[in-house]
Amino acid sequence: MSGIEPQGRWQAAAFLAVGSSSFADFLSQAAPDLLPQGSHGDGSASPMPDVPHGTTIVTAVCDGGVVMAGDRRATAGNMIAQRNFEKVYRSDEYSCVGIAGVAGVGVDMVRLFAVELEHYEKLEGRSLSLEGKANRLAGFVKANLGGAMQGLVAVPLLAGYDEETRQGRIFSFDVTGGKYEERPFATIGSGSVFARGSLKKLYRDGMGVEDVVLVLMQALYDAADDDSATGGPDMSRHIYPIIATVTEDGYRRLTEAEAGRYADAVVTERMQRPDGPAAPLRSGS
Amino acid sequence: MPFGYVSPEQLMKDKADYARRRITQNSRSCVVLSCEAGILLVTPNSSRALRKFSELYDLIAFAAVGRYNEFETLRKAGVRYADATGFQYDRRDVTARGLADWYGQLLGSLFTDSPKPYEVEIVVAQVGKTAADDEIYRITFDGAVGDERDFVVVGGQADRVAEMIKQQYSASMSLTEAMRLAILSLAGQGDGAGEPLTAGQLEVALLERDRTHRAFRRITGTRLDALLAESRTDGEIADSSDDAG
Repeated sequence: MSGIEPQGRWQAAAFLAVGSSSFADFLSQAAPDLLPQGSHGDGSASPMPDVPHGTTIVTAVCDGGVVMAGDRRATAGNMIAQRNFEKVYRSDEYSCVGIAGVAGVGVDMVRLFAVELEHYEKLEGRSLSLEGKANRLAGFVKANLGGAMQGLVAVPLLAGYDEETRQGRIFSFDVTGGKYEERPFATIGSGSVFARGSLKKLYRDGMGVEDVVLVLMQALYDAADDDSATGGPDMSRHIYPIIATVTEDGYRRLTEAEAGRYADAVVTERMQRPDGPAAPLRSGS
Repeated sequence: MPFGYVSPEQLMKDKADYARRRITQNSRSCVVLSCEAGILLVTPNSSRALRKFSELYDLIAFAAVGRYNEFETLRKAGVRYADATGFQYDRRDVTARGLADWYGQLLGSLFTDSPKPYEVEIVVAQVGKTAADDEIYRITFDGAVGDERDFVVVGGQADRVAEMIKQQYSASMSLTEAMRLAILSLAGQGDGAGEPLTAGQLEVALLERDRTHRAFRRITGTRLDALLAESRTDGEIADSSDDAG
């Protein structure tokens, strides 16, 4: 049939094609330049300087779901590029994604991922399994490998509620698109090593949602304490980590007031003991 | 072919007659109407898996009658167009009017270029802040786009069903009143006779007012049973066959 170009670019054939329910696949036919990797780099080896970077994202399984928290700082070189950057996103009703690395690339990837999930659901009449979502996200990370090798790295952390097993699950990724299921917690970003140490000491299995939120808040505080690219809670500006929970009731992001209360609890205690709660030296004591 | 030359007029008329006839004969009416709760979509449909109503975008629904595989293709194309537009610009930039225009161009081209026209009629509806802001567009098999007010009926004996709705319609109807009117008008395809449709014979959906993200909701199972029950007790319909449905 003759090409229909209502907007000058959309060819009818791509829209009427029978086959894939993937939005990313459709874009690669209809508009490849809208895809994240389509517009990065010219193949040259030198990385771009001073692109907003850095992060800590932490996530942990709780009783009946999963919680994810991310700090708010974006750095470009030694400057703070943004104080209130959002790195944790709702990808669909039962999953969320946190991003570390180059801010622009990460946000692009998550945006595409959210549309990909909704698109599949609308076309097929059902949502993807959590495993399917993780595989799809791994594919997006893999597609960015070229960009990553030029220094435009963006790596996500996926956490979701698995409706079949009725539990929270966590998946981490590496730049080649490798996918790894993590139990019971995971961290990514420049401050991840500090957050991880903190989580190891404070986290316990079977914790409820509120306790896990507090644990993650402590972990982020510890990351910010030792990593300049991770921001702690800004009590004067009321800029707190983004905290999201995913349970059988769906995705919910804590309000600024709620996050503020947890931040307040953590900061107040740190005034007494700056290194945070001490873990017992021997288990069971 | 018996004739070497067929005039374009004749060709178009044949195609149009074919499509029109096929749509009327092979489909049952689909009712889309604005009410206080949002935009209600009701149609007879005994299939549990094959659907005539679908979500296109946050506030936009798709309804179609005619040949299933053809309107399924169009439905998917519409979802792709909506998601691509929302992705390229912003979610707020996806409108029913834009989709209706696009469908018009697409169907128009298909009608002209294909030997066989698509035997479909499509409705694209968008829920607004108030019933006055609701938008309902009808796109016919040849790409003609119509802007409808308050309600539209497509497929089957559409004119008769529409006439029946027109007599009792009001934009301030509640959800149960709207449901009652839709069921009444669909029974016996517009002559009001025949058994009222039961939950298992219906496909019902609602574009809920006051939702910003994904307003489209299918009404099934216990919720549909409850709505049907309420709509039967509502109003002064003289329904003598009051079984539990």
